[in-house]
Amino acid sequence: MSLLELDGVKVHFPIKKGLLFDRTVGHVYAVDGVSLKVEAGETYGLVGESGCGKTTLGRSVLRLVDITEGSVVLDGTDLAKLPGEEMRRFRRRLQMVFQDPLGSLNPRQNIESILSEGMIAHGIGKDQEERREKIKAILDKVGLPSNALARYPHEFSGGQRQRIGIARALVLEPDVIICDEPVSALDVSVQAQVINLLEELQEELGLTYVVIAHDLAVVRHISDTIGVMYLGSLVEEAPSDALYAEPKHPYTKALMSAVPVPDPEVEDKRERILLTGDLPSPANPPTGCRFHTRCPWAQAERCATERPQLRDVGGGHRVACHYAEDIASGKLRLPKGEVVSATREGVDDNPESNTEAEDAPAKVPAQAKKVSKASKDEKPAKTEKKPEKAEAAKADEAEEPEKAV
Amino acid sequence: MSLLTVDELTVTFGGRGRKESRAVDGISFEVDQGQVVGLVGESGCGKSVTSLALMGLLPAKGLTIGGRAEFDGTDLFTMSPSARRDLRGSEMAMIFQDPLSSLNPVVPIGVQVTEILERHRGMKGEAARKEAAHLLDRVGIPDPTRRLKEYPHQLSGGMRQRALIAMAVACAPRLLIADEPTTALDVTIQAQILELLKELVDQEGTALLMITHDLGVVAGLCDQVNVLYAGKVVESAGRRELFAHPTHPYAHGLLGSIPRLDAPRGEPLSPIRGSINDRIAWADGCAFAPRCDRYEMGCLTGTPQLGEPRAAGHQVRCVNPVLDDAKAEEVPA
Repeated sequence: MSLLELDGVKVHFPIKKGLLFDRTVGHVYAVDGVSLKVEAGETYGLVGESGCGKTTLGRSVLRLVDITEGSVVLDGTDLAKLPGEEMRRFRRRLQMVFQDPLGSLNPRQNIESILSEGMIAHGIGKDQEERREKIKAILDKVGLPSNALARYPHEFSGGQRQRIGIARALVLEPDVIICDEPVSALDVSVQAQVINLLEELQEELGLTYVVIAHDLAVVRHISDTIGVMYLGSLVEEAPSDALYAEPKHPYTKALMSAVPVPDPEVEDKRERILLTGDLPSPANPPTGCRFHTRCPWAQAERCATERPQLRDVGGGHRVACHYAEDIASGKLRLPKGEVVSATREGVDDNPESNTEAEDAPAKVPAQAKKVSKASKDEKPAKTEKKPEKAEAAKADEAEEPEKAV
Repeated sequence: MSLLTVDELTVTFGGRGRKESRAVDGISFEVDQGQVVGLVGESGCGKSVTSLALMGLLPAKGLTIGGRAEFDGTDLFTMSPSARRDLRGSEMAMIFQDPLSSLNPVVPIGVQVTEILERHRGMKGEAARKEAAHLLDRVGIPDPTRRLKEYPHQLSGGMRQRALIAMAVACAPRLLIADEPTTALDVTIQAQILELLKELVDQEGTALLMITHDLGVVAGLCDQVNVLYAGKVVESAGRRELFAHPTHPYAHGLLGSIPRLDAPRGEPLSPIRGSINDRIAWADGCAFAPRCDRYEMGCLTGTPQLGEPRAAGHQVRCVNPVLDDAKAEEVPA
């Protein structure tokens, strides 16, 4: 059995109106029926854009927001039904690391006080002496000096504050840690330190993580399984590598193609699936498939009327799309103009390759190799224009000889 | 000649009893017509201050600006304030990071856009409103006439950023400075905005100074990249050259510490140790030395100078640069 199981979790926030009497005029469907399983010792990554409900889902697991419907089962106990005091005691096993390390640490408490507060609440340690010993050991684990105890949050850098946040979760020896955007407030060089720390701690202490983030690259790096959320529900769930190798839901495809990769060679070759418009309001979600209003593959029938359920398409890959197989096999094609080449020069000074770039994605991902080949052929035209690029291309001469011509 | 030439720009805050702090410590770069130049670095490296200094938007109190910045042959820092005002918004314009706080919340979008047209292009009334609608349409805002009457809070984040871009390009500026234009946005919206910026550069020949911390954005957009650390350019090269051969240990480390969507999984990242607070003054040596793996005694004997240890046009400020291509081989082509 899985350590943490969510079944049909819904979190709806009422929208109230009226001066004297609160009338409920509608609901924000923040989380609308999410079922997932997290195995002990693994990392489950939740990705999605702002407003997709990923943070609310994370908070609902700890019952920091009330669950409207559904169950959250940790180790056989349904948290959704636990009365207050029992839930409070249960939170020792479920801890959270928050996004903004400064905002989640009390500026008037020193580190020792911050870290011992949870221990006192849960009755860990006989006296302060014992707790201090334990805190020192944890601080050492997260890479902070033991003289940090008497210092205050403002004395630390952003990365160190996030380490304090992690230490605060760790002192209670939890089973599951929910990390809500653990690195998004940090600089890239420091991000890597915190990501590595999370991974080391998992290995050493056998922790289970639920990592909530908008950065696909970060999530893919640390997760074993990834769930992609859109407008309150999971649209795709798969093992990390499978999801990257072959995203099956149109939204995941678009999301993946939008993430910039720090490598000009990759950036120039790939095509972006540009989504039109913005996220619809979760107070008034579209009927049928939530994504059909922005989906480039949307069909006239079914998509707008019938809400697709997550279904297994093999290899633990679950997708909520009526046409996932048709899209994968190339039966459904992308209309022209939905995809743009990421290359700037290609658009400008090479009209031939431009039309090619627009045509190519219509051949759909099954033939993605062809696509990249086609854009490789554009390269010689570009290298003529930019001499410094020709030099850079020389390094790759061995593999792609046509480029340096 | 370049459109914008920045030569040894320094910006110092404080003074008069308070401790001085030098945010920008001698930055030089050039931006040509139709070129996209990137300023990349982490928070506190001076990239935003550079852009604000160029636009003349820093508060005058306690501010000392040194060096030169020439826009189309005229020195920006010796210009009269009124000439500067004429230039700002019409010849050079800026796109800010946070569209919600840079738009006036109590004034409709339409008024904010026509204000620029009235000030710089002398348009009035109906003509200005028509042009404003046209501008919103051009940056991809659907139903522009209706949107003109709306307030910033009624637009979504991506739409606000588009409105801000519409205001910046209202007078067809020759130089556009974009300070983290996509940081506050989701990736799918980011892709839309980057696409729009590319279009502007391609169609109008606008020069773009792109300020960002996101190396992914730089890789797809910039022709020339300047990597900043603690107020100085530590590496400057064409984007292909830079990403293929990051030579300054900082740039090298930065690329090694980013999780990549297309890299094989399971390999730990190689972070740069410490944080930007662990630095020494450039006057004493290399500011990056306390965090550097390639640190040697020579790093502490005065400011390292920009050199070209690898290739012409690839400038690196380091006495012990990364010249072996171990990293380049690791990265799958």
